[in-house]
Amino acid sequence: MTERDNGMEPTRANLGRRRLLKCMAWAGTGIVWTVAGGVPRSLGLGEAFAAPAADGFTFVQISDSHIGFNKEANPDPNATLQAAIDRISKLPKPPAMVLHTGDVTHLSKPEEFDTAAGILKAVKQDIHYIPGEHDVIGDDGKQYFERFEPKIKTGGWYSFDQGGVHFVGMINVLTFAKANLGGFGSEQLEWLEKDLKGHSASTPIVVFSHVPMWPLYPEWGWSTDDAPQAMSYLKRFGSVTVLNGHIHQVVQKVEGKVTFQTAMSTAFPQPVAGQGPAPGPMKVPADKLRSVLGIREIVIEPQKSAAVTDVTLA
Amino acid sequence: MIDFLMRRVLVVGTSAFLALGAASALAQQRLAAIEPAGSAEISIKNFKFVPPSLTVMPGTAVTWVNNDEEPHNVVSPDRAFRSKAIDGGEKFTAVFDKPGTFKYICAVHPQMRGEIIVK
Repeated sequence: MTERDNGMEPTRANLGRRRLLKCMAWAGTGIVWTVAGGVPRSLGLGEAFAAPAADGFTFVQISDSHIGFNKEANPDPNATLQAAIDRISKLPKPPAMVLHTGDVTHLSKPEEFDTAAGILKAVKQDIHYIPGEHDVIGDDGKQYFERFEPKIKTGGWYSFDQGGVHFVGMINVLTFAKANLGGFGSEQLEWLEKDLKGHSASTPIVVFSHVPMWPLYPEWGWSTDDAPQAMSYLKRFGSVTVLNGHIHQVVQKVEGKVTFQTAMSTAFPQPVAGQGPAPGPMKVPADKLRSVLGIREIVIEPQKSAAVTDVTLA
Repeated sequence: MIDFLMRRVLVVGTSAFLALGAASALAQQRLAAIEPAGSAEISIKNFKFVPPSLTVMPGTAVTWVNNDEEPHNVVSPDRAFRSKAIDGGEKFTAVFDKPGTFKYICAVHPQMRGEIIVK
């Protein structure tokens, strides 16, 4: 990383993907990202914590805990999930609730679900979950739903209203084996269309799902095949924030009134899209690991876009 | 299609073999008695099945070896045939008895595709 890269202009709105990817790499040195009105700017960690608490509705996203992972990239994902929970408790303004955007476990094993549930019990706020593909291996998510969202019927997707915001949790990891493609499926899309009908265009919308909802890097499966249909139902709204996990790094994209954001993992990083032969756990020096893991704070203020701050565990 | 091709499906961890060898000659014999006609191996590396298309004779035991750190699995789209998660360093074996072309994917990473041609 050169000096010039570090001297990026943080107020430029239309950052290209390449430039954003550079910024992401930079996040590895302890930088926190803030997106306000779709414009990313970086904050040092101390600065982020010193910033005055915003007035809006505040919640947190965590993702990709991968409990059960035991390889070199992070031999102790339990400890880093615990560190993420500690970070949540230290935020200047306590969040109203927490979203977990999937891959709670690594292999969908019962003992992994047990361990994860035990650690996550320490979170004081309600946690709303949506599964990743690692949570539904071999049983279509049976254990996952029993454990984390027992009240949810039908296909497991759901919505709720909190703080003046309409939250929609969607599942894009269950059609893989049926359709050979990651996607929502027609039943879920029909549900989404109906679910959104009762809401005025001025309602802030937050959609959360595991796999990115735009073609971030389809070659590595970082895309949701039928997401464009979902986005067509969302386009009439004035503020739409799409929160995803899956790729274990922060990537942002702004499309009109829609901002797409992927989050860091609490377990291990993955390579930047297309760098190297395949995705998967990426080894970093042990003393750097927590600088590429993190949580995300989101503040939704009336009549404004979401303000998003990614906080590393370093 | 239900009993598909599987006379025997094993997750062949090395430890399973070691345990068998040490503990029970009887088990060894039983294993030998249903040993398939031949065997073939598919490597999973960098999120790819290598080779992506494999042609075998009926009765061949095909073993997938996961050489990635990421877990994968092997699933036919109609669900007739599906492994549990194969973690990095683990293997999965299925015996293909009946002729035909059997396409499969990794349901964890559906961009990964392969096929077994039995003839």
